Amino acid sequence: MDLHELTAGYALDALDADECVRYEAHLASCERCREELQGFWQVSTALARAGGGPQPPASLRDRILEQARNERSNVVSLRRRISFPVLSSVAAVAAIAAIAVGIWAVNLSRELDDAKDELAVLGDPNAQVFGSANGEAKLVVAKTGKAALVVGRLAPAPEGKDYEIWVFEKGVARRAGLFERPGVAILTRRVEPGQMVAVTLEPDGGLDAPSGSPLFTASSA
Amino acid sequence: MWVVLTYANSMTAIGSLPEPMRRRRDLAHLSDEALVALIARSDESALAELYDRIGGTAYGLAYRVLRDEALAEDAVQEAFLGLWRSAGSFVPERAKASTWILTLVHRRAVDLVRREQRRRAEPLEGAPEPTEVSAEEAAWLRLERERVQAALQLLPDQQREAIELAYYGGYSQSELAERLGQPIGTIKSRMFSGLARLRELLDEGAERTSWTYTS
Repeated sequence: MDLHELTAGYALDALDADECVRYEAHLASCERCREELQGFWQVSTALARAGGGPQPPASLRDRILEQARNERSNVVSLRRRISFPVLSSVAAVAAIAAIAVGIWAVNLSRELDDAKDELAVLGDPNAQVFGSANGEAKLVVAKTGKAALVVGRLAPAPEGKDYEIWVFEKGVARRAGLFERPGVAILTRRVEPGQMVAVTLEPDGGLDAPSGSPLFTASSA
Repeated sequence: MWVVLTYANSMTAIGSLPEPMRRRRDLAHLSDEALVALIARSDESALAELYDRIGGTAYGLAYRVLRDEALAEDAVQEAFLGLWRSAGSFVPERAKASTWILTLVHRRAVDLVRREQRRRAEPLEGAPEPTEVSAEEAAWLRLERERVQAALQLLPDQQREAIELAYYGGYSQSELAERLGQPIGTIKSRMFSGLARLRELLDEGAERTSWTYTS
């Protein structure tokens, strides 16, 4: 299926998670889709206004404003978290959407570099997607072997700890990158067909060999 | 007062129409996008103003998808707090502020409904008219709803069904394929053709009777 035709499903938030990832990556490089999406978003906005639901209770307004006031002092520290909201089936990689659509501009250069890597993997139309054994992560492997782990529900790593990614090479676990919270993590090592990828919780900065038991594994086969 | 324009640039008029008018006088003349710029500077009154404009529609949408008051409130709250935290990176050239917020709310609602495994795609029976808005606004909202409903009715049944189940029911394309017993490719093309046609119909309608509001 032509990725262009997914624009309608995307505007209605009806794409399945894997396709959503692919489409958002595609959007970054496709002016035609971005334009079409703007038109379709106007239609979905019209559908939103025409849905005819009830009015909210007044308490909702108060709660939102109060919560906003409480957060005011630590807006900056929350930013980073926002760029990777807790992943869910729909909001799979909001960070990618952000860059693609320009809704959330990404202005830290480190994040931009990450974003380029993410696009190289997630934007590859021939990339293969593998689910982890427990379904909480997806392994996306581009044709080049460059790979990304899209991690869904996972608590942020505790203080002094990092999640470490491993690629198994002939039965030996090789370091393949660190991450701290759910989101998209680019592997620092290529993944060959059939290789297994695992994640463990390790001390800050990671170790050369895994010490803990894997939290989840995914196999590229 | 109401002003009828002879021609307005298609559907852009829809997004710019305001919602409830319980607004602070000093912010009332600002566009939604200008409010977002103020929100980026942690201006609470701008957040309150934007909520007063869009919060009602946002909640109505979340409720339509979720059919649960507490979950609908959660979806709206998360969307507005998301806006509060990341307003600084909003790019007005890409989308209207109202579209941005309603998209955040809708995604959140769809996400919750898929997790809750509850789907109520049928229209709301006897949905109450918004009560806390002025008579003019209620009239506009009703008109707008009728216009969109009329356009939906002009779609082939299968296209309308795909769009309504997806947008109001929170079904993904693969879930729809299963529910309707159709190949997923069929669902995708119904959705695309339907939405493209709906855009044309709404554009045509907007050119025939273009309403805009000035204060």
